[in-house]
Amino acid sequence: MALLNFLKPKNKLEEGGRAAAPIQSDAGEPEKNCPNCHKDIPLSRLWSNLLVCPCGYHFRMKARQRLHVMTDRNSFMELYLQMRTVNPLDFPGYGEKLHTASAASSEEEAVICGTAKIGGLSCCVFAMESQFMMGSMGGVVGEKITSLFEYATEHRMPVIGFTVSGGARMQEGLVSLMQMAKVSGAVKRHSDAGLLYIAVLTDPTTGGVTASFAMEADITLAEPGATVGFAGARVIEQTTKKSLPKEFQKSEFVLAHGFIDHIVSRKEQKQLLTELLEMHNGG
Amino acid sequence: MSEIPYDRVKLARDSKRPTGLDYIRRIFKNFIEFHGDRRYGDDPAVVGGIARLDGCPVTVIAIEKGHTAKERTARNFGAPHPEGYRKALRLMRQAEKFGRPVICFVDTSGAYCGIGAEERGQGQAIAENLMEMSTLCVPIISILIGEGGSGGALALAVADRVWMLENAVYSVISPEGCASILWKDAAQAETAAQSLKLTAEDAKRFGVIERILTEDDLGTVMFYDRIRRMLHDEIEELTGDLDLIQHRYDRFRRIGRDAIETGAQ
Repeated sequence: MALLNFLKPKNKLEEGGRAAAPIQSDAGEPEKNCPNCHKDIPLSRLWSNLLVCPCGYHFRMKARQRLHVMTDRNSFMELYLQMRTVNPLDFPGYGEKLHTASAASSEEEAVICGTAKIGGLSCCVFAMESQFMMGSMGGVVGEKITSLFEYATEHRMPVIGFTVSGGARMQEGLVSLMQMAKVSGAVKRHSDAGLLYIAVLTDPTTGGVTASFAMEADITLAEPGATVGFAGARVIEQTTKKSLPKEFQKSEFVLAHGFIDHIVSRKEQKQLLTELLEMHNGG
Repeated sequence: MSEIPYDRVKLARDSKRPTGLDYIRRIFKNFIEFHGDRRYGDDPAVVGGIARLDGCPVTVIAIEKGHTAKERTARNFGAPHPEGYRKALRLMRQAEKFGRPVICFVDTSGAYCGIGAEERGQGQAIAENLMEMSTLCVPIISILIGEGGSGGALALAVADRVWMLENAVYSVISPEGCASILWKDAAQAETAAQSLKLTAEDAKRFGVIERILTEDDLGTVMFYDRIRRMLHDEIEELTGDLDLIQHRYDRFRRIGRDAIETGAQ
């Protein structure tokens, strides 16, 4: 039951679903209400199913949990552990916000990078963390992902990236914005070296991350029902004064418009990634 | 020049301010406009083509807001759709093929937030520009002449040199957007403008731009002549750079290093 223990949140803030916190059922086992089928699902059942409801709804998953289930056992070696954000703009309240985000997510920043094996094949991998300021990209996120692509180019390795982000981080202003160009430059070099980059878009992938490395992969995968877009739905409604269709900006909608290669459920991702890596001679 | 950042935002948005087409017409000669992205349509918010700068052919691309209400509506207030970014990229690739430098004039509140824009891949269009511009083999100079609104502005500013008018602003989000997200109150835009550090001086301090262009003679013959000469000299210098693409990479690579603490590994 090691896997289950790992997946089990340490505290309430780590539960990470797109719905309300779990409630105690009459039988005593904690349950979580699925926003799609509206059933209460026992947490243990969810955890053993990679946080996917039997109806197919994908709850959000923490970056570290995701790396744990997507990479081969004990193969993940984290890189750039020591990078910490300072407050480059002296933005009011940012220091406290970082502190809260860190406590809420048990992470130091909104992305985890490293090397790992998937299906026995070596790759560089990054996973973004929604519980750290909604996976927003500031200087550290940009620097880590850029460094990872440079590392992958130097060592001729493929990159697999799991994205989740509200976009560029406001509190770092222009520094955040420039990370979009910085990461894109590193992705381009990696690509020009003939190396494989696979992006897996998870809920939600938006803003400056969509407008940079989430949309720059050779192969773009997405989880079912994930929101993928550039502008936020509320902003679009305000700008256009139109109400949006229910499926707008869902991964299925984005695929239908030609911007995603394949939608793949969480349980099938590792196998598909393995297959893709193999078909590219390990990247 | 106002010391209050929000005053700069207002100045940057002023409809009387010279727009992209004013710069194109007054700095260059023989401008020939090229339309369309060869994928879907022609975005009137982005104007591009070729022209002569002191006799030499260059590719010019500008985000155009228009001056009058009618013009501004026709130009979608300078908020490009994906087709605008794809047209820009098409013209940049053409510039690369024929060895012409690229000069961009940037003035937008941001890439358009609309249903069609999303359906046709606004994010992907911007992302592709960021990637492709990073290795374009000809010199690129971008000048922010008014609003530099987030990714929609950056998509024309992955350049070897980025200059800013002294009252232009460059920001990851509009002050109004920032205020409404952080404080649920768009009226706090003034405070947000202060916090976002979006002025030309701030951008220079962060290493995001190389040069601030003064505006005392904004819109005069002397003003445009000064920019023409600067562009001429800068292009000459960049054309002689044998390691142009590496230098462009390094230019962006170092931004944000100061925003990071690296402990002992």
